[in-house]
Amino acid sequence: MTYTYLEHAADMGILAKGSSLEEAFESGAEAMLNLIFDTGTINPKVKVDIRSEARDIPMLFVEVLNEILCKLDIEGLAIKMLKAGRITKENGTWFFRGLAYGEPFQPDRHPVKTEVKAATYASLSYNVERGKHRIQCILDV
Amino acid sequence: MWKEENTESNVYWTSKGYVMSIEVKKITETLWEVPKKGDMLVPGRIYGDGKTIERLLKEVAERKGGGFTPALQQVVNVATLPGIQKASIAMADIHPGYGFTIGGVGAFDMEEGIISVAGVGFDINCGVRVLRTPFERPEIEKKKEEVATRLFRDVPSGVGSTGDIRLSLDEINEILRRGAEYVIGMGYGLPEDTEYIEENGRIEDADPNNVSLRAKERQFKQVGTLGSGNHYLEIQWVEKVYDPESAAAYGIHETQILVAIHCGSRALGHQIGTDYLKTLEAASRKYNIPIRERELVCAPINSPEGRQYFTAVNCGINCAFANRQAITHLVRKTFGSVFGTSISDIEILYDVGHNTCKVETHDIGTEKRRLLVHRKGATRAFGPGRMEVPERYREFGQPLLVGGTMGTSSYILRGTAKGMEECFGSAVHGAGRALSRKAAKHRWRGEQVMKELREEGIIIKSRSKPGIAEEAPEAYKDVDNVVDIMDRSGVNKKVARVRPLVCIKG
Repeated sequence: MTYTYLEHAADMGILAKGSSLEEAFESGAEAMLNLIFDTGTINPKVKVDIRSEARDIPMLFVEVLNEILCKLDIEGLAIKMLKAGRITKENGTWFFRGLAYGEPFQPDRHPVKTEVKAATYASLSYNVERGKHRIQCILDV
Repeated sequence: MWKEENTESNVYWTSKGYVMSIEVKKITETLWEVPKKGDMLVPGRIYGDGKTIERLLKEVAERKGGGFTPALQQVVNVATLPGIQKASIAMADIHPGYGFTIGGVGAFDMEEGIISVAGVGFDINCGVRVLRTPFERPEIEKKKEEVATRLFRDVPSGVGSTGDIRLSLDEINEILRRGAEYVIGMGYGLPEDTEYIEENGRIEDADPNNVSLRAKERQFKQVGTLGSGNHYLEIQWVEKVYDPESAAAYGIHETQILVAIHCGSRALGHQIGTDYLKTLEAASRKYNIPIRERELVCAPINSPEGRQYFTAVNCGINCAFANRQAITHLVRKTFGSVFGTSISDIEILYDVGHNTCKVETHDIGTEKRRLLVHRKGATRAFGPGRMEVPERYREFGQPLLVGGTMGTSSYILRGTAKGMEECFGSAVHGAGRALSRKAAKHRWRGEQVMKELREEGIIIKSRSKPGIAEEAPEAYKDVDNVVDIMDRSGVNKKVARVRPLVCIKG
């Protein structure tokens, strides 16, 4: 597994890893989605654009997770996974562009485990250790 | 590369990571102080007993590099924010939150002070509404199963749940402006209901123009839904009355059946929080506000950003009042069809939020001052005589509705004059978690928790079995203990203890 859940009293921490920044973002999305759904029950039949921008990498990570949460409600989707395009930096701003795959949410087919209210800036950190990109944040659940 | 900054003098790096110590002094058996030090503008004050403090200090000592911020450290961090008055306060249900602790109270000067997303939380005006019914426990016992099944069917709950109430954008904007009052106008309640809701179910200064379209879009289908996690709808009975006079004023007696609704502003509130976290992050830099951790981003109350967030929070507050009103309507309909009651037979005892920031007048020294009081996982608890408290209750102070956990007690408390003096009229909001959700899921299975509670005569209905394990009663601190600490401190007083019969879990 490329992510771990971290003990936190009221909420849930996630630590996502990847051999590239993009992979770490994908792992982070998987960690959050697996908290909400049993992602094994979701077919990746439809895709939605996920675009975000932020001042730095950790904030971009929070933005992307919150964008996915938003799509669940607005598009009425059960999302299985995120595919990240190249993360770039232009004029001091970081940009993310990717696709989230899933299908229309059906309560009976997609049993839900936990509602994630938001990804937060709490205990947010990002580093690269021996070529592994590691991003951590706390989700308000 | 970005890394959390820790410049405070009580944090040291060692080969094992962070080591911290925070000095805590005992003031009374139930009130403790972190003395003002370094860049703290006020001391920290924590309600708790010796065990509470021991737990908090252990959390500090055990923090390793990269770990989460301990609750005591969060109390200290809030004490450094500009314009904070008197103290950075935490109630006895204190546990680590994000930025502020859960159970955290911070009051800020309207001129010098700040407004912070972390002091409100993402589920804006998450709160508890309690309804009085004309029934005694034995009358409900016979039809417990039927009413549980009906409520579970009629009140949408769980992740992704949508309600029957579909709204246009104009209607959403009206809800954000007018709260419970607007949905009552749509036919979901009685005009007199607003008398027993904090702010009469409609907080002023709510500007829907400062709420993003996506926040509104997320809300289109969610009015009148319970949500999930620790949210619930319970049928409860009054097990014990401690204070007969206040109980009589609140219209409750032993064995009486009550209904409690615990929910908030749903996705609309979450999106307001998410949107403004970004806005206030930029504002913190723009106005050079020194912040200890990123989640504490804030803006001066008087700045355009602070002002926008404030009026958006008020929209979230109104949305939550409207949501609890819509659920009240569903409960009244269900009770009507199962027990033959009319709408007016089910009355609102009170409705109070525990994730808010509000402008309130408080005594600071000899002065009366308007302050912005943030309560994150803490309830407003105004004492006797305050005009904000409904006339019928005014002599006794505001009713406080403290949620327990599935299968354990909940409490009805009242605010006191001492609470007004010490902690801006605030109270605990619940038991507070003792075990993380992950640990709870490791330890229990949903089916087992449901079976054990059923043996005690409590019916649980939920769409999420792991969710039940996360919310197992043992995963929380002992609510009786938390309430006892507050009662002994004199800032909140016990009125009655209630026990659940049916719990519809979100």
